[in-house]
Amino acid sequence: MSATPFDEMHNADGSVREPYLILEEWLKEQPPHALSLMSGDAEALFRRLGITFAVYGSNEGTEKLIPFDIIPRIVSALEWRKLSKGIEQRVRALNAFLHDIYHRQEILKAGRVPEKLILNNSAFCPEMMGLDPARGVYSHIIGVDLVRVGPEDWYVLEDNLRTPSGVSYMLENREAMLQLAPELFQRYKVAPVEGYAETLRRTMESVAPGGIHGAPNLVVLTPGIYNSAYFEHSFLADQMGAELCEGQDLFVENGKVYMRTTTGPERVDVIYRRIDDDFLDPLTFRPDSMLGVPGLFDAYRAGNVTLVNAPGTGIADDKAVYTYVPEIIEFYLGEKALLKNVPTYNCTNEEERAYVLDHLAELVVKEVHGSGGYGMMVGPTSTKAMREEFRKKILARPDNYIVQPTLALSTCPTFVDKGIAPRHVDLRPYVLVGDDIRITPGGLTRVALKKGSLVVNSSQGGGTKDTWVLED
Amino acid sequence: MLGRTAQNLFWLSRYIERAENMARMFEVGYRMSLTSRREGSASEHLISMMQAAEVDEGFNLKHKQADVNAVAHYMLFDEENLSSVRSCLLAARTNARSVRTALTTEMWESINAAWLEFSAIRPRDVTGAKLQELLFWIRQVSHRYRGALLSTFLRDAGYAFSQLGNFVERADNTARILDMKYYVLLPRASLVGSDVDIAQWTMILRAASAHRSYRHVYHDRYKAWNIADYLILRPEMPRSLVFCVDWINRTIDMLEDIYGTRTKGHDAADAVTALLKDTTVDRIFEHGLHEFLTEFINCNNQITDALAESYNFY
Repeated sequence: MSATPFDEMHNADGSVREPYLILEEWLKEQPPHALSLMSGDAEALFRRLGITFAVYGSNEGTEKLIPFDIIPRIVSALEWRKLSKGIEQRVRALNAFLHDIYHRQEILKAGRVPEKLILNNSAFCPEMMGLDPARGVYSHIIGVDLVRVGPEDWYVLEDNLRTPSGVSYMLENREAMLQLAPELFQRYKVAPVEGYAETLRRTMESVAPGGIHGAPNLVVLTPGIYNSAYFEHSFLADQMGAELCEGQDLFVENGKVYMRTTTGPERVDVIYRRIDDDFLDPLTFRPDSMLGVPGLFDAYRAGNVTLVNAPGTGIADDKAVYTYVPEIIEFYLGEKALLKNVPTYNCTNEEERAYVLDHLAELVVKEVHGSGGYGMMVGPTSTKAMREEFRKKILARPDNYIVQPTLALSTCPTFVDKGIAPRHVDLRPYVLVGDDIRITPGGLTRVALKKGSLVVNSSQGGGTKDTWVLED
Repeated sequence: MLGRTAQNLFWLSRYIERAENMARMFEVGYRMSLTSRREGSASEHLISMMQAAEVDEGFNLKHKQADVNAVAHYMLFDEENLSSVRSCLLAARTNARSVRTALTTEMWESINAAWLEFSAIRPRDVTGAKLQELLFWIRQVSHRYRGALLSTFLRDAGYAFSQLGNFVERADNTARILDMKYYVLLPRASLVGSDVDIAQWTMILRAASAHRSYRHVYHDRYKAWNIADYLILRPEMPRSLVFCVDWINRTIDMLEDIYGTRTKGHDAADAVTALLKDTTVDRIFEHGLHEFLTEFINCNNQITDALAESYNFY
């Protein structure tokens, strides 16, 4: 780990990297306090529009804003082409993996991925065995978490094949930037992101069940207004012109899904569900679920409705399965992985565990099923007590944790209290898979606003930036 | 449209209208308590106002004394009072969040901004002139929302459900404001028609923001008969029962046009319409104003139940 991490804007010698030259000029032109005013405007804008998220564990009705940083993160056209190739390869392989796992399980028979890891995994969904989703697509909406440690050095942290969130921020951040700094868009050729909702619609239509007359009826299924991502659910439904439903709005009759409208039942064809597998259908999964729709899975199995994403995709983004992704790519595509995986220590292996326990202060420990920055420990910024706690946890349940080296995430100039300073960032581009694979040029850049912090999650004090992919 | 969306739009409008009317009712009680000392103590005026607003029982459970501060707090800020302005604005915003996709940005922003501003107010800071200012602000919130609705909302079924909610609620409130007269009615019949009596009727006009327009319509001093006529039967008065019922009929007919069928909602609207048809103020007073208003309120309530059944609210 080098002392100074790679900076998105500056070379090691302090000169400005090519994609950021115009931005540098623009920043210099800004009168004092201009950025501070813009920052205030941005906050007012987001609050007025109600772009908020609920924080779990805080009181009902308290909605927080995710801080928005006004300095964009810029990716050159060439960098983006390389990234998208790598992402596309991964997404193709992971969908093929899901199809195989829920059919003949060739990869397990070939011994390339341990059978136990899949079949005993709580993310494996036996109900999906032998089921054929439309076009063979399991994961339609994907958000790949990437971090960068050098000019050419990108790593995939997580594949997020279940219900990745944050895409509304990608879209709203762009709207905010267009309002706040329109002159920058005159000087830069920034690839548009606003086609996302339209592409999502096309993607959903392309996986509608057969035998539908006219345009398929699409809906977004939300757990409701108290869900932390509710804003996004309503935003996407609105942008697509789809109905935003809660479980209580849908019902199943004779294996078909209907929504309750003012004029009676109306057939539903494709559901973009933002409810976890477990809660989808109390008759098939968790019986105590109040959020789902009884009988939904049967309707899905009968091919009368498409669920986007399919249940059981979690097996392919499980943190323990993650280590096998390079294998998976080779097995199904016969290609070498274009994007790197972060080397991962397996704590069930005695030798690796011993190394991990000796080096906790340098490593990152993650719970296999954790998310949102919860249940993780970043060694270099941890306290002794935390390390002791995690040592005990790992010894008690070695299979519940994965451990990785602490990556020197790249930094990007960020507007903070004391002016502009480098802060660590990651990047989540969004991928849509239906009749084709489409990657929106851009994504969500999350930024750790606390100096030195490597945790970018919004629930842990992270913010976001607009992400610009430049056109040639 | 989802039945739940129709329901949310209906109640969203009702809650905004109710917030405005709660503020109006309180304002009247407050003014009476300040200016009508001859007819009763300050707390008597406040109590009769709360009776008309049907919040007196809840108030009595929490407070021994009906002084201005306690009543203001209960009607404006108390979370346990489901009709308080706070509860109404929160309920409106919760409904709005549920149907955000069905609202225009302008409608959503008017509600969201209102809630953010209101929730930042510290109740103990609101006294004296601040209280007047807040009451004015609450009415403005309702006007901003209505303005956004009328100038930006698509004229489809969602609009009809919003308007229905608005006018069912307004009719209910106007009837209650009028009924306030029943609760403050003086025990001595000799006072009927006296200056004291007129002062109370004037308050009722004020509660409906009608004390100035009254002059334009009647060219006469405030008279009980006229005031009742104005708030019940005048089609040009935007808070009169006839006006509200006319809009209820118009919008429910819109639903018939859109969906092609008549429902129990139409029958319920017809029943309310029949109450007002071919009647006069004389006949209403003969029958008993309070009895008439009670019947109207009950009948009007049934519209909500009928709509819920006909259009799959749940």
